[in-house]
Amino acid sequence: MNIILYSLAIILLAASYLKDKSKTKKALKKAWKSFENILPELLVIMLLIGVLLAVVDHDLISSLLGESSGWFGVILASIIGAITLIPGFVAFPTAALLLKGGAGYMQIAAFVSTLMMVGIVTLPVEVKYFGKKISYTRNVLAFMFSFIVAIVVGMVVSNL
Amino acid sequence: MIPILKRYRAFLFVLLAVLILTFINKSLGKEIIGITSFSLKEMIQVIPPIFLLLGLLDVWVPKETMTKFMGEGSGLKGILLAMFIGSAAAGPLYGAFPVAAVFMKKGVSLKNILIFIGSWSTTKIPLILFEITSLGPKFALTRFLINIPGIIIIATILSKIVPQDEINEIYKKAQESI
Repeated sequence: MNIILYSLAIILLAASYLKDKSKTKKALKKAWKSFENILPELLVIMLLIGVLLAVVDHDLISSLLGESSGWFGVILASIIGAITLIPGFVAFPTAALLLKGGAGYMQIAAFVSTLMMVGIVTLPVEVKYFGKKISYTRNVLAFMFSFIVAIVVGMVVSNL
Repeated sequence: MIPILKRYRAFLFVLLAVLILTFINKSLGKEIIGITSFSLKEMIQVIPPIFLLLGLLDVWVPKETMTKFMGEGSGLKGILLAMFIGSAAAGPLYGAFPVAAVFMKKGVSLKNILIFIGSWSTTKIPLILFEITSLGPKFALTRFLINIPGIIIIATILSKIVPQDEINEIYKKAQESI
């Protein structure tokens, strides 16, 4: 997917350059400005994720979700998912390992769902663009929605 | 120099804290720095094309076009476009917010922007393929199917509860970020 995105960006950039050099320059400036605009927050996020993942390691999550069951496990899984920010390509194999380690499908569905939709560490960036009201409400709604996801996935995967 | 220091003060503060922690607990500090470098590497790999496309979009696509396809009253077409663009994206959620700012500038409705954010966060196509292989098709596809109405419902609720003057304020701020 990265390759597709890169190819698309480079092809369009070349086309833009051939058509209008000054407009292309403007586009590049805008690209840099938008990036620099969130860079301070991004750097903080990277460090905080580093701290979080170093402290809350895979074994800890596994033991918490493996031993606990039912709603307590689902709530705990949702909270862990909401706080941590793990790239999808790491998160799914981790989730698969957690399932093998004894966690339930409901817990894992809640974990995956909040992991992707709720972002507590990225909240400062979100607030910068959407304001407090939308950002907080979006995260709360996404958190609640993850319980619905957990119930439905739990029902479908265990009963079909 | 001073304004730069001010903008990055939170980062410098956390960095200092991590360095102090590394002095106290060397192995923990090493792990933190290792994971942080991994995230930075991910950012450097994914972010450049997103911002390039965002810059090109801002310069080349007229506001009228975007408003027509994804603005207020664009209906199902706007919703589907927002979902498609969000799902075709790559990279972590923080990459979606600057794109959302360009959308605001181009007159895309708040509801469609929130649908875009929702899709980017959870129905990205490359990630779904990966989810199928690691957690099974039943798990991944059920989650995908329930997410589509979920994303639309969340976006609709959000765009209804925020007062218009607040939306105008957010849209005005977006102009300055690019």
